[in-house]
Amino acid sequence: MAMSFEWPWQYRFPPFFTLQPNVDTRQKQLAAWCSLVLSFCRLHKQSSMTVMEAQESPLFNNVKLQRKLPVESIQIVLEELRKKGNLEWLDKNKSSFLIMWRRPEEWGKLIYQWVSRSGQNNSVFTLYELTSGEDTEGEEFHGLDEATLLRALQALQQEHKAEIITLGDGRGVKFF
Amino acid sequence: MDRFVWTSGLLEINETLVIQQRGVRIYDGEEKIKFDAGTLLLSTHRLIWRDQKNHECCMAIPLAQIVFIEEQAAGIGKSAKIVVHLHPAPPNKEPGPFQNSKNSYIKLSFKEHGQIEFYRRLSEEMTQRRWENIPVSQSLQTNRGSQPGRVRAVGIVGIERKLEEKRKETDKNISEAFEDLSKLMIKAKEMVELSKSIANKIKEKQGDITEDEERGGIMSLTEVYCLVNRARGMELLSPEDLVNACKMLEVLKLPLRLRVFDSGVMVIELQSHKEEEMVASALETVSEKGSLTSEEFAKLVGMSVLLAKERLLLAEKMGHLCRDDSVEGLRFYPNLFMTQS
Repeated sequence: MAMSFEWPWQYRFPPFFTLQPNVDTRQKQLAAWCSLVLSFCRLHKQSSMTVMEAQESPLFNNVKLQRKLPVESIQIVLEELRKKGNLEWLDKNKSSFLIMWRRPEEWGKLIYQWVSRSGQNNSVFTLYELTSGEDTEGEEFHGLDEATLLRALQALQQEHKAEIITLGDGRGVKFF
Repeated sequence: MDRFVWTSGLLEINETLVIQQRGVRIYDGEEKIKFDAGTLLLSTHRLIWRDQKNHECCMAIPLAQIVFIEEQAAGIGKSAKIVVHLHPAPPNKEPGPFQNSKNSYIKLSFKEHGQIEFYRRLSEEMTQRRWENIPVSQSLQTNRGSQPGRVRAVGIVGIERKLEEKRKETDKNISEAFEDLSKLMIKAKEMVELSKSIANKIKEKQGDITEDEERGGIMSLTEVYCLVNRARGMELLSPEDLVNACKMLEVLKLPLRLRVFDSGVMVIELQSHKEEEMVASALETVSEKGSLTSEEFAKLVGMSVLLAKERLLLAEKMGHLCRDDSVEGLRFYPNLFMTQS
């Protein structure tokens, strides 16, 4: 399946791959990088990555242009994403991360809206049902990876709109 | 007149009176001064003059201070005089009626006669030099050299002397301080002169330059350094001196100023030069070519690479350009991050 990902104009602009010393310029640059990382991961359905993978991925390495974003700058971009709530480190060494093109709170909201719309408050679902069930086909969160889903439900739990429970071997959720 | 020393008029032990004469007036060189009527006493050691009206006004000169004496005969309406030529006052001289005098001789005018005898006696004492052989209190001795004088305290006079010593000491400290200050002022004055001369040299050079070598109103400090030192030939300026002198340019309201870029590079630019405006034209040039390195830009515009780089860096600082730093080198691009959505 050909990935017809549309690269933004910055991707073909050599300065994009040099961390800009001018603070205002850097702000714009980093915003563009964050946006690119999220749309790239969304299209490629990539929910997690290691830093090593990232370095060699076409995302940070434009072979045609002969420019790569240096690893220190990649770290800075990832830190920006973490601050915005789109990234979570999966280990203490910061070698691999979870990337969520939508923040968990946003997913939680979408899921709860569907639950309310379909009048299924006070129902219990397995995690599988939510992401892969027939009922959710066509919903945006259909096909969502489990790690992100769990964080979305945890966000709802914080708001007392849901509770994560154990169901048999796996986990489920009750909506209020 | 500055050789005289205040005295009590009392003779010291071993000092003998030789002759005295009333009605003597003292002249400072050729000038009449206020000491117009006194008694002149000659001792084995000193020449003493005491005011007839005010006996407390009493001063003396050690005979050792006298170089030679002359007679001046009386004339019509003029009294006979003795001219006394004197050695310079010693540095540790006790206080007297005059601190300074431009004259190195005094005249003694004998208004009530007695000049002839006095002169004879004075000449005799000058020949015999009895003061050299008869020691008296230290303050009467020949102190033409700088002797560390221990001040002998003898009654009120002793206290006065001690106070005088203290005053001299304070004076000395103040003079030294003023010496330092005046040295500092001389140095500052040198710097000011230096700044002006540098400004002139640059101006001259500007005048000499052909169109090909147009400086564009800005020169790096190293270029100025070479310029100035080449012109001087001798007594070259140190880099530190140059920087200090250039710091004064703006203060002295000369048409040049020293500017230090973020990188630390220093330049001299015309007051009228507006580097920020040059940046706008730099942006145009870079945009036309898509991107430029410092070397490429320098060549295009006709500037030194050092100044070209500073201009591009300033443009980047102002947000007009951004950079591409890779193995291929450092290139500057128009800042599309800001201009494009």
